Amino acid sequence: MNANVPSSTSHYPTAPTAQTDVTHTLSVLVDNEPGVLARVIGLFSGRGYNIESLTVSETEHAKHLSLITVVTTGTPMVIEQIKNQLDRLVPVHRVVDMTLSGRSIERELAMVKVRGKGDNRVEALRLADAFRARVIDATTESFVFEITGKSDKIEQFVALMLPLGLVEVSRTGIAAIARGPEGM
Amino acid sequence: MTREMTGAEMVIQAMADQGVKHLFGYPGGAVLPIYDAIFAQKEVQHILVRHEQGAVHAAEGYARSTGKVGCVLVTSGPGATNAVTGLTDALCDSIPIVCITGQVPTHLIGNDAFQECDTVGITRPCTKHNYLVKRIEDLPRILHEAFHIASTGRPGPVVVDIPKDIQFAKGVYSKPKEFPHTGYKPRLKGDLEAIKAAIELMAHAKRPLFYTGGGVINSGKHASALLGELVKLTGFPITSTLMGLGAYPAADPQWMGMLGMHGTLEANMAMHDCDVMVCIGARFDDRITGRIDAFSPGSKKIHVDIDASSINKNVKVDIPIVGDCAHVLEDMVRLWRSTAKQPDKKALGDWWKQIGKWRDRKSLAYRASNEVIKPQYAIQRLYEMTKDKDVYITTEVGQHQMWAAQFFHFQEPNRWMTSGGLGTMGYGLPASVGVQLAHPKSLVIDIAGEASVQMTMQELSTAVQYRLPIKIFILNNGYMGMVRQWQELLHGSRYSESYSEALPDFVKLADAMHAVGIRCEKPGDLDHAIKEMINVDRPVLFDCIVDKTENCFPMIPSGKAHNEMILGDSGVSLDDAITEEGKMLV
Repeated sequence: MNANVPSSTSHYPTAPTAQTDVTHTLSVLVDNEPGVLARVIGLFSGRGYNIESLTVSETEHAKHLSLITVVTTGTPMVIEQIKNQLDRLVPVHRVVDMTLSGRSIERELAMVKVRGKGDNRVEALRLADAFRARVIDATTESFVFEITGKSDKIEQFVALMLPLGLVEVSRTGIAAIARGPEGM
Repeated sequence: MTREMTGAEMVIQAMADQGVKHLFGYPGGAVLPIYDAIFAQKEVQHILVRHEQGAVHAAEGYARSTGKVGCVLVTSGPGATNAVTGLTDALCDSIPIVCITGQVPTHLIGNDAFQECDTVGITRPCTKHNYLVKRIEDLPRILHEAFHIASTGRPGPVVVDIPKDIQFAKGVYSKPKEFPHTGYKPRLKGDLEAIKAAIELMAHAKRPLFYTGGGVINSGKHASALLGELVKLTGFPITSTLMGLGAYPAADPQWMGMLGMHGTLEANMAMHDCDVMVCIGARFDDRITGRIDAFSPGSKKIHVDIDASSINKNVKVDIPIVGDCAHVLEDMVRLWRSTAKQPDKKALGDWWKQIGKWRDRKSLAYRASNEVIKPQYAIQRLYEMTKDKDVYITTEVGQHQMWAAQFFHFQEPNRWMTSGGLGTMGYGLPASVGVQLAHPKSLVIDIAGEASVQMTMQELSTAVQYRLPIKIFILNNGYMGMVRQWQELLHGSRYSESYSEALPDFVKLADAMHAVGIRCEKPGDLDHAIKEMINVDRPVLFDCIVDKTENCFPMIPSGKAHNEMILGDSGVSLDDAITEEGKMLV
């Protein structure tokens, strides 16, 4: 009943038309057991999801719980999938979409090494002061600044350091927590 | 019971405590202590396969035909990697499997020791969950947890990787009463408000249908009975995926046949034109939906699934219900009975009339022949001659699988074992070994292709060893038929590497393997040959020589919607009959 030439010669349906991507921050409470991070990361890579930022640390030693904060992008349908797929992993206790709750605080820490002399050095120190970055290491020709804040603040600071002799940056990735008295 | 024993003894004791009767496996260096434990007891019978892939498929067949967990035991390294195909198959089709793998001793892990591989790393994406046991204290809990996780929620394979020193180590065994994994709590009951909304939607439907899948079968015989009750109560038509065949009796007039790529015209057209779709335990797989953006455009969709991640994955639905099919169906039946509302009789009548018109096009029709055996005819005869028997069917993957799904009709769940999600050629023969073991008195037939069957041919030896009278019914067309069909339809008939060159003489092969070989080449001889096959109480390789170039129709071509099916040349086609040229292009 149909003699049209198909758009592809694959026996798989063509990819659906693209929806716009959104960025979400997910807090994932997991058992602190060997391989749990591999399960989470394997899920992302195996199913082709994006990881923009990832932080992991034990949060409750007595209960053997760790918190994974992952920032991911995708269409709203993909974001829903990611949450459901994470929830399906046996060691995952809870998945909370911090972006959806709209009441989360997100912070990141960065250490920024800047090398320079003369005016550049003075300027770097002045900017660091304006950004409330602390000097945590210094030599006669370099500083290491520690800066905490939202990611865009850190990015702005790093951009300003670039012409002043930026050597390298080490960032922790984003940690998130909900406002108010309630826990996860 | 609580007593001291070795890790190896714990493995067998835990299986016995879980009611395991049969264990499919293959020994090797890293599991020898467990084989010692097997040697010392009689409760769990070990079935020696010929390849670890066969062990997993046999366990799958066992599990699917009984509803119990299938058990596998393999050694480290190659034993584990050979099992990967079976594990992935079980994951795709949600089959409960517990697979014990041996591992090199703890102190050698990571040292590239002999027959070492990163089993938990390799099997992480192809299992529901897996474990590497590092302490003997953890072993009893992990073993029982493995059974719990494999069999509850959406079932799946679980691997327990046990280093050899842990197998030798002594510890205290007891069956744990609870599971510390607080993160794992499968949801059984569906949200009642959502179920009420679903019933309301169904009660106002004009062109409704049920689209059901393997989830109904996994949910147990009770779920199938409840489904039958709901379908009868509502009077709606029903279709099912390949995985769901048998949950609803095919002999019933409300049954429309299988849907999807090689489903019936009536099922697919009804999917396209319906206004309310009730999906129960199916997952909108790409073999079902065809072109997503043209999939059932005018319908409200209800989706019942125990796995939340199956909902809104491929198709956005209107009423999602996360829960076990049996539980949700029970609520649905109860609510439907208690609501006074009845669907619009006139609209439903018109809908059935429309379905009748689609049925009249006889989409499964094929051109009969007196000269060569048509593969469809072979399945039809096989069905007719076995339908009154206690019969279980397994299949390999390809054209024969689709013809079996179209022409063999199932009235009960757990009678049909086929590799749906992964599409594993070589599944059927070992699966039939597992089925026959679970049902020693039943007739177990592997409907096979001559290409697929060669992938796990060696398991015929297993069948012979354990006197399992499986029947391997090969539709031999001398090609990898589905590959050939696609090459014909999509690649300009360039039959690149799809010819089954240098085929063995299956009759002589059967003889050499101490089984029985039967060959049939003429349609007139078929009934007699099938009768002979059924009457032999030994494994049979049945070489049924069929039409070499028959294609499997109807078919939703690539990138097309349900209402753009192509039919076989003897069917009455919709609108304009497809031209020869068009057939080449599509």
